[in-house]
Amino acid sequence: MIKRIWLLPWIGLLVSLPAAAAWQVNLSPGSTEIARDIRELHMIIFWICVAIGVVVFGVMFWSIIHHRKSRGAEAHHFHENTFVEILWTLIPFGILIAMAVPATATLIRMYDSTEADLDVQITGYQWKWRYQYLGHDIDYFSVLSTPREQINNEAEKGEHYLLEVDNPLVLPAGKKVRFLLTSNDVIHSWWVPDFAVKKDAIPGFVNEAWVIPEEPGIYRGQCTELCGKDHGFMPVVVEVKPQEEFDQWLADARSAAEAQAAAAEQDWSLEQLMERGEQVYNSACAACHLPNGQGVPGAFPALAGSPIATGDIGPHIDIVLHGKAGTAMQAFGAQLDAVDLAAVITYERNAWGNDTGDSVSPQQIAELNQ
Amino acid sequence: MESTLGQNLGDTHHAHGPASGIGRWLFTTNHKDIGSLYLWFSLLMFLTGGTMALLIRAELFQPGLQLVQPEFFNQMTTMHGLIMVFGAVMPAFVGLANWMVPMMIGAPDMALPRMNNWSFWILPFAFAMMISTLFMDGGAPNFGWTFYAPLSTTYAPPSVTFFIFAIHMMGISSIMGAINVIATILNLRAPGMTMMKLPLFVWSWLITAFLLIAVMPVLAGVVTMMLMDIHFGTSFFNAAGGGDPVLFQHVFWFFGHPEVYIMILPAFGIISEIIPTFARKRLFGYASMVYAIGSIAILSFLVWAHHMFTVGLPLAGELFFMFATMLIAVPTGVKVFNWVATMFRGSMTFETPMLFALAFVVLFTIGGFSGLMLAIAPADFQYHDTYFVVAHFHYVLVPGAIFSIMAAAYYWLPKWTGHMINERMGKIHFWLSFVGVNITFFPMHFVGLAGMPRRIPDYALQFADFNSVASVGAFIFGLSQLLFVYNVIVCIRGGARATDRVWEGAHGLEWTLPSPAPYHSFSQPPVVK
Amino acid sequence: MSTASYYVPPQSRWPILASIALFLLAFGAGNLMNALSAGASTGTGWLLLLLGLGMLLAILFGWFRNVVHESMSGMYSEQMDRSFRWGMSWFIFSEVMFFAAFFGTLFYVRNLAVPWLGGEGEKGVSNMLWEGFQAQWPLMTTPDMERFPGPEQIISPWHLPLLNTVLLISSSFTVTIAHKALKLGNRSNIVLWLAVTVLLGASFLVFQAYEYYEAYHHLGLTLHAGIYGATFFILTGFHGMHVTLGTLMLIIIWLRVLKGHFSAEQHFGFEAVAWYWHFVDVVWVGLFLFVYIL
Repeated sequence: MIKRIWLLPWIGLLVSLPAAAAWQVNLSPGSTEIARDIRELHMIIFWICVAIGVVVFGVMFWSIIHHRKSRGAEAHHFHENTFVEILWTLIPFGILIAMAVPATATLIRMYDSTEADLDVQITGYQWKWRYQYLGHDIDYFSVLSTPREQINNEAEKGEHYLLEVDNPLVLPAGKKVRFLLTSNDVIHSWWVPDFAVKKDAIPGFVNEAWVIPEEPGIYRGQCTELCGKDHGFMPVVVEVKPQEEFDQWLADARSAAEAQAAAAEQDWSLEQLMERGEQVYNSACAACHLPNGQGVPGAFPALAGSPIATGDIGPHIDIVLHGKAGTAMQAFGAQLDAVDLAAVITYERNAWGNDTGDSVSPQQIAELNQ
Repeated sequence: MESTLGQNLGDTHHAHGPASGIGRWLFTTNHKDIGSLYLWFSLLMFLTGGTMALLIRAELFQPGLQLVQPEFFNQMTTMHGLIMVFGAVMPAFVGLANWMVPMMIGAPDMALPRMNNWSFWILPFAFAMMISTLFMDGGAPNFGWTFYAPLSTTYAPPSVTFFIFAIHMMGISSIMGAINVIATILNLRAPGMTMMKLPLFVWSWLITAFLLIAVMPVLAGVVTMMLMDIHFGTSFFNAAGGGDPVLFQHVFWFFGHPEVYIMILPAFGIISEIIPTFARKRLFGYASMVYAIGSIAILSFLVWAHHMFTVGLPLAGELFFMFATMLIAVPTGVKVFNWVATMFRGSMTFETPMLFALAFVVLFTIGGFSGLMLAIAPADFQYHDTYFVVAHFHYVLVPGAIFSIMAAAYYWLPKWTGHMINERMGKIHFWLSFVGVNITFFPMHFVGLAGMPRRIPDYALQFADFNSVASVGAFIFGLSQLLFVYNVIVCIRGGARATDRVWEGAHGLEWTLPSPAPYHSFSQPPVVK
Repeated sequence: MSTASYYVPPQSRWPILASIALFLLAFGAGNLMNALSAGASTGTGWLLLLLGLGMLLAILFGWFRNVVHESMSGMYSEQMDRSFRWGMSWFIFSEVMFFAAFFGTLFYVRNLAVPWLGGEGEKGVSNMLWEGFQAQWPLMTTPDMERFPGPEQIISPWHLPLLNTVLLISSSFTVTIAHKALKLGNRSNIVLWLAVTVLLGASFLVFQAYEYYEAYHHLGLTLHAGIYGATFFILTGFHGMHVTLGTLMLIIIWLRVLKGHFSAEQHFGFEAVAWYWHFVDVVWVGLFLFVYIL
């Protein structure tokens, strides 16, 4: 009897629940066929566990209540029963086989990524995702868009706090999309619960996964493999559009890329570069070197007053373009376009009291970044 | 000082009593002294690792960053895991083995007493080195207790080198400790104490020691490869040179999964001692218990990749590891059924050790259920690396391993100290722990299923409510452990005199010795009929 | 199974001192490696490392001297002897598992990782990241030749390695002959055959060192040479360290025989070293097969 007291706080808690989604206690129902199948497997195995639990704990609590010394129970001396022992070895074995059959079937389907309509290469970076639509010339990064102030409790947190990005992955509804996952640095893991797609992004290797999104809408997930400092701050957002809207989006994205290329041909003043550089810095660099350029001693070097950012410009451009092997400093030459690179380098050389007065043009960068 | 035991009882006791002063503890070769050292060390580490856990829970009390920055948060999760696994749980079980194995098999001491002392004294130095990394440039290891490459190699702080050497030292300590346990059990049993008469705690430790010797060298191997990658330019875990980061995980989990059982098999042994005592009835299915432990140990070498279902294993591998993992439920189930059958038609009383043991059976089984769910590979894609996993392994480790250690301490303290424990305080400790542990870890199942990844310092708003509940529970559980410290100290200092048998239903050689047990357990081997 | 008189040693200072020595050794090694990688001064590292190592050797010497004295003065019963035997057997088993980790690594990269990177097998799609890379073993061309330039040549198994195989296998026989001689009480034969064993072991080490020199200076086979070099050196390197240790142990046993230690009935120290030597030998056969020939 006494043992059940532990239930009380739970009952209390359940009663006091505000009727809100905030108390979600189970897997998302899933929005694809595979996700629904997995949810079903989950529920079957859950109820099997509950049933076994009811029987086992039932017998246990019955004994605790009735076979206690204070009730005058005398111990009965039996300590073996081959039949019972074989029975309770075989029955669980049978249950497991029954469970393994549907699980195997689902797994085999999850591994069949053939005949895809669209291939998207997903590359994990510390701490952002890169999406490349293979054969469509579209290639962009997706970075957390929750403002720092919200994280630091200086502003009220928005509805999609930590689950929002600047550029979501856009997919067409009803088409089979194959993901080719890899990583640029450490292991990440790309997860969208509603699709039941979770696959590790392993540097140097490619993993496959696939989805047929059914309903247009916005789906959110997160990186689920510890990938360093900002592991908690690299969400996955997928926007599923009907085919026509997706085609339109593809066309728009392509022309935007062309406009971006054209911008590199313009002349940029120091002020323009500084303004743009600050934005680029905050999304691409501030995670490690911090918004004030102070870095994290021992882990990420400071840029304010650093020999690289205040010395000769050559090595500075070089390290930004090509990274530094064996450290967390990535090669940004492959990530940012010439304008952003020029802007961010210019910004680093003039912000936080570095005041070198140097600036570098997108054209110069484009030449060096061949 | 040299003397041979058993020649002359009176003399040896006189010459071989505990030395005085600090030297007793530094130079001792006595299994009880060394057992106590292990247990005190483990308690200290438990409180240290627990403090880190409370820091983690405090940060997670609300969304947003309040107390710590993400880089320090990662150091805390890493150190919490490492300290609890290698510093709290494992040494506690070794301490219990040191105290109890010789007494249970009728031996004078451990087989290799000097090496026994060395096994222990390596640990404080290893942990001093590991904890000192918190004060180094770049901070302590921040890559999780599973230290996956390349986050732990190319991208690690410089302190990783000291972490690697600390792991090497812990490995040496564990291997020597395990060799000692095996040699003691195989060679020092009293006449008549055949293998199938061994108390289950001894059996479980024999198999645990075998697991330790088999897998600690593999851990040493994998950290050595890390060291080579970091400092000597090799490419074990780097595809650019033909290696594979996933290779790290294979080797690590080949160690890691048996390691999980290293932390639970001795708990099975303890529970199998305690339940019969307080049910006043012999353990049901002794032989099947032994075979179950053996099967679990063998299977533990064949299931490692179930920790890696999402790394992109080939389909055949995925299926093999799923089936093998599901199979483990069978012997584990047998153990639970046997415990329940032992209680059935017994004559039960509910002293503190029994309460912890009963809680163990229920809560460990809940952890086993979530383990069975995690074994289903397709479903694991949804559970993997979420708080569901955190809930699962905390259920098997906290109300599993830790509760069994608490139960063992309350059960054997009267034999160690000669004083009964304060039942009232023990029960208060139990109920606070029990409530605290469930409030902490049960909601983690929910947030995990709802989609919260593990090892994040900040989370989306829909996870907020359960996280605050869990944090409150963590503080209840954490602070109530101070009661345990209090109870132990009170029991050492005084209390009602314990009889030799201590508990009415207790059976076994250790209960034939006086309470407190003499410095040398069995100078003359008892004869077991 | 009798415990009639089991020797429990009195308090001892060796363990705690050995722990301190181990700590200094580990802390020094860590310091040294970090300093080397950061290009900083290595003074402190070396100092602590050597201090720890020296201390550890001195302690082991003293500790074993204690054990030898206890054994010689007849304090060890047969049962004690069995404890030592169990201890040594399980220690060797732990060493087997240490090597198993590296052999496992070798099999994994050869049969899975490298073929995948080269476009074969279930994860062959990975080859899209390494265009032009082809799987082969020995891996002469790595996926990224700039960072890990593959070896120009590898070591032919039929020259030095074959010779080394012959040396080590014969040394297993010579140590067995010495053991037989010990059982028969033929002291001069023990001394002779142990000396031959030590010489065989030492020449193995000399040839191995020469092979490393060749590998580094003429074949481009280095630790940096991709996964082939990494597995080659970690396996042969740790084996070489074990041979070194085994040779030292043989020398100590040899000196003890000269001093008149060991009887035909009681000579576990001798046997332990012989076991260890056989173990090192077996590992070499594995190496010769899987690292050099196949």
